[in-house]
Amino acid sequence: MSNRPPGDDAGKRQRTSTKLTAHRGLATWGERLVPLGEFRDAAAAAGQELSAAARATAAAAHRQPVDDATPIEGPFGRIVAFGGVYNNHFALEALLAEAAGCRAEAIYCLGDLGGFGPNPEKVRPLLEEGGVLGVQGNYEESLATGREDCNCGYTDPRDNEFADLSYRYTADRCSPETRRWLGSWPLRRRVRVGGQELLLVHGSPRRINEFLFASTSPVPFLDVLFDEQRCDGFLCTHTGLPWHRRLPSGRDAVNVGVIGRPPNDGATDVRYALIEAGADGLEVQLRSLAYDHQALAAEMRAEQLPEEFVETILTGWWTTCLEILPAKERAASRF
Amino acid sequence: MIDPASSDAAPLVELRSLDTLWFQVGGTVCNLACTHCFVSCSPTNHTHEFLRLDEIRGYLDEGAALGVREYYFTGGEPFLNPEMEAILEATLRVGPANVLTNGLLLDPGRCRRLRELDDASDYSLDLRVSMDGYEAAANDPIRGEGTFERILQGVRNLVHAGLNPVITVTEVHDDNGTVRGKERFFQLLRELGIAKPRLKILPVFQIGAEVERGGAYASWQRLRSGDAPVDGWDHLQCSTCRMVTDQGVWVCPILVNEPGGKMGEALADTLDPFALDHPACWTCHVYGVSCKT
Ligand code: SF4
Ligand code: SF4
Repeated sequence: MSNRPPGDDAGKRQRTSTKLTAHRGLATWGERLVPLGEFRDAAAAAGQELSAAARATAAAAHRQPVDDATPIEGPFGRIVAFGGVYNNHFALEALLAEAAGCRAEAIYCLGDLGGFGPNPEKVRPLLEEGGVLGVQGNYEESLATGREDCNCGYTDPRDNEFADLSYRYTADRCSPETRRWLGSWPLRRRVRVGGQELLLVHGSPRRINEFLFASTSPVPFLDVLFDEQRCDGFLCTHTGLPWHRRLPSGRDAVNVGVIGRPPNDGATDVRYALIEAGADGLEVQLRSLAYDHQALAAEMRAEQLPEEFVETILTGWWTTCLEILPAKERAASRF
Repeated sequence: MIDPASSDAAPLVELRSLDTLWFQVGGTVCNLACTHCFVSCSPTNHTHEFLRLDEIRGYLDEGAALGVREYYFTGGEPFLNPEMEAILEATLRVGPANVLTNGLLLDPGRCRRLRELDDASDYSLDLRVSMDGYEAAANDPIRGEGTFERILQGVRNLVHAGLNPVITVTEVHDDNGTVRGKERFFQLLRELGIAKPRLKILPVFQIGAEVERGGAYASWQRLRSGDAPVDGWDHLQCSTCRMVTDQGVWVCPILVNEPGGKMGEALADTLDPFALDHPACWTCHVYGVSCKT
């Protein structure tokens, strides 16, 4: 904002001290000072005051359940779900071996295949061979639609710079064929595990790039989401930090984490979710996965990806995109 | 009636979902009278009064049933409200809380209690401390003589209690939001012992006290239906927020000094679309502003 007339300091001090007492008995209405009563009367008359019945109707209309014709898959007894591959084909290989080892009946990827890591074209054959079923992330959506950025939803310019850099790296190396394949993935899936119908999405059930962190996803909010989406639980990713909350209503909110980089905990393992039908509803395990992170770091360096990214792989601490973390998640973070 | 089809009419913004519920918990009462305050707060401004805990409880219940995700507290100065800590305790039981404060009332005892509230909740307590320059010479002409040092002391007390505030800066000075300016703020915060500095930059709203300091909006700075971006108005915070004051529920934290911003008494009264016919809406649109952290 440079359309400011240069002020004289003495004048400003003068004005500040008059402001300290200027409002006695007066209210600010836009740029004017008016008697308090005048403002309050106008405020009281503005807007609408509905009857109790009309309020109940308005609230119900606001929480109107969505019409969702997504076909239901399953039922399964045991599934594996993971997100955020970020081109980490080493972790993806390890994940597929684990999923086979624990006899998962279906394997779901919740999106964000690219960015951060090296050589995006190594991921697709692994997913195809493993029979992985996908949900589009903001990355896939951006790649498939030819967007200029990854729509990650960062506010800090430094975060956006890193996000841009890794998006361009991936976009430049992604064949039209792969883009089309990613574009064919659905934005959501519905999967039955035991008696529960789960919604599988990337960010949140309502927005592809909404960040659902444990400390900012309160129980009443989640309950309203479940009602709106008519599901018994959801699996999401996008933030990179795994968590699971069993609601008093018996429904489960699960962020499955990502396999592309560690969950900012100072160790090199990544996370995925093993979801099983149990006697008392879902059994959710957020499992650690070791993989050849040294090989990944070497390949990232060979591709001249930012050293900040390599450091995260080797130390387990995030070095970028920290500004999006809420207070609790940031407090647990090294940087 | 506004005709939404006319490109000259103010566009309507739908409430997509009520994600963010604001409380003007300190009313318009503040221990400062900043020259850029877009709500013109001051020690004697009682346009809006403090919100009481019992009033807030009612809105917390209604908000929870509507699926609110997070709660924000502002003023005036929230910590002038004698019930502020009890209000935060009640809020942190149902969701995350953010407090926008000028930092002057953050004494060591209060910071310790805030830390206890934070520790007792699964949800995040985020404190946002306002500052308008990385040195007294830039900050004090805006916020008042000697405030820079007092803000820093408040921040130190928070840090000592193990809380890491988000420092909130307006672009009241040209370089506050530049890369160099941000670096200076980060440096200042590191010197205060903050290893993980957090910063939020906001543009200036040319309303309230700011009119006298920096000038008002020009008549062309208004939104028209024809200005709608392809994705609609979803980038505006009023598509996901409402603001509660002691005078009822308002569209957003910005228009509380315009009776036209008042929408109802209960949250359920305010779920309809709102006409963006105020010049401040132009700033929100052009700068992509969200007052959220
Ligand atoms: S900008 Fe904040 S601290 Fe300054 S007068 Fe307004 S409410 Fe008070
Ligand atoms: S001032 Fe901003 S947030 Fe408020 S109604 Fe206008 S556009 Fe929406």
